[in-house]
Amino acid sequence: MSNGRIRSLLLGDAQADRVVPPSGFTAHLTLFASAAMAFLAVFALALSLAAGRLADRWSDELARSATLRISAPADQKAAQTNAALAVLEQTPGIASARALSDEEQAALLAPWFGADLPLDSLPVPQLIEVIEDDEGYDAEGLRLRLAAEVPGAVLDDHTRWRRPLVEAANSLRRLGVFSILLIGGATAAMITLAANAALAANAQVILVLRLVGARDSYIAQAFVRRFTIRALLGAAAGVAFGMAGVLLLPEASDAGGFLTGLGFQGAGWFAPLLIPILGALVAFAATWFAARRRLEEIS
Amino acid sequence: MIELENVGYSYGGGELLSEVSVRLMPGSFHFLTGPSGAGKTTLMKLCYGALLPTHGTVKVFDADMRRLDRDQTALMRRRIGVVHQDCKFLDHLPVADNIALPLTVSGRDKRAESENLAELMRWVGLAGRADALPPELSGGERQRAALARAVIMSPDVVLADEPTGNVDWEMSQRLLHLLVELNKMGKTVLIASHDLALIRAAKSQVQARVLRISNRRLQLAGSDL
Ligand SMILES: Nc1ncnc2c1ncn2[C@@H]1O[C@H](COP(=O)(O)OP(=O)(O)O)[C@@H](O)[C@H]1O
Ligand SMILES: [Mg+2]
Repeated sequence: MSNGRIRSLLLGDAQADRVVPPSGFTAHLTLFASAAMAFLAVFALALSLAAGRLADRWSDELARSATLRISAPADQKAAQTNAALAVLEQTPGIASARALSDEEQAALLAPWFGADLPLDSLPVPQLIEVIEDDEGYDAEGLRLRLAAEVPGAVLDDHTRWRRPLVEAANSLRRLGVFSILLIGGATAAMITLAANAALAANAQVILVLRLVGARDSYIAQAFVRRFTIRALLGAAAGVAFGMAGVLLLPEASDAGGFLTGLGFQGAGWFAPLLIPILGALVAFAATWFAARRRLEEIS
Repeated sequence: MIELENVGYSYGGGELLSEVSVRLMPGSFHFLTGPSGAGKTTLMKLCYGALLPTHGTVKVFDADMRRLDRDQTALMRRRIGVVHQDCKFLDHLPVADNIALPLTVSGRDKRAESENLAELMRWVGLAGRADALPPELSGGERQRAALARAVIMSPDVVLADEPTGNVDWEMSQRLLHLLVELNKMGKTVLIASHDLALIRAAKSQVQARVLRISNRRLQLAGSDL
């Protein structure tokens, strides 16, 4: 299509639009359907963006790490820590192991117990951060060895229990994307139905336009422009309601730890603005195909 | 202009028209007559491509109608002004917009043509009815609006199917006069009509040939009218 044709398709002239009579029920159907679909799409989008954030956070921050906790009477703590570090050093599959300093431990506990926690006076276990290498290590073997050599050591292997969560978050994201595709498909189907109804209701108008020398593309455009604009307006309203709904969702506090808010974050707030544009494109294509097919049938 | 060569047409049953051959030369004036149901409207439709012949060839402006694709057919229709038997209008648009419809669909700037449109509406005597909707028009007004719409693109050929169908004698004389005027401007005119009195009245104003459909064939009618 040439530039001029795209321009005339989008802007059109008022006169050309009037050749098709305003039709109440297909207009309302299109407006309502695209508004409802856009509303749902906002939530599907929020869901997949949030699930994506969750999956990224869990898999990045906690990648390939584990914690060894040593709970021992104060006088044995240092000895057991050294023994554990020695064991870890000899274990194949472990890239590095490092005992956290008192300051680091205090920082970890601060969100829960406050900043001025007297660490010395509490039986706080010593934490050792373990980073595995690409191969990974045999957690069961390590546990057995630690049980024999370092009685106060407990291996807390978070990657292992977080992996299914990351997977769940990823499937949630895929589900969100799939829902958006479904919503797009359903919108296309509904607009095709509405466009066909409008084309059938205006058979007489199409006949007259043909007789005075209108080309198929001209007749199709008159319908396409209408449905595209209605879908755009409907979807814009749906997105506005949807985003208001997302704003009203309870915000996830950062202290909530691994949960994330269902809302949008940062640039994500702009993503729903694409929905009306996509809705208009879907309406454009659906009406175009419906009109061309119909016009070819009635020759 | 329009040339039919050995044309036959059937709606599915027996042949309605057979071996029809006729040539409309530029600037000529023809009547097409015959009893109701003889196939006058069908023959007109063959001339502007609403129907394709089941036999023979129809050539318009030297192009074989059968070879035209949909876009070319649309362009061809802009060069032929047709007054349809049932004067189809867009009932939701005012008369002036209906008359200007061929300009609108061909993408011509309507403002540039507004002078023409106003003059045309005066010519057919509808100047005061520009804003009326088609269902509000009388039979004669509809026929005149249809005629105005048929000629707004300045076509070389005007085909009028029963243009005096639902109107009284006086109005039919007025319409005939408009068509004769068009012919005097150099346009090729073909009028389908079963109204012999009208044809007789025309013969005094213009040199017209009368074609008659009888027994599925097209004949040139003589002085037996
Ligand atoms: N679309 C159609 N399908 C089947 N038969 C038709 C159709 N249109 C017209 N006819 C038949 O063809 C015959 C001629 O019709 P028409 O051309 O309108 O005649 P006229 O205009 O001379 O009165 C009539 O018998 C009519 O019933
Ligand atoms: Mg007829």
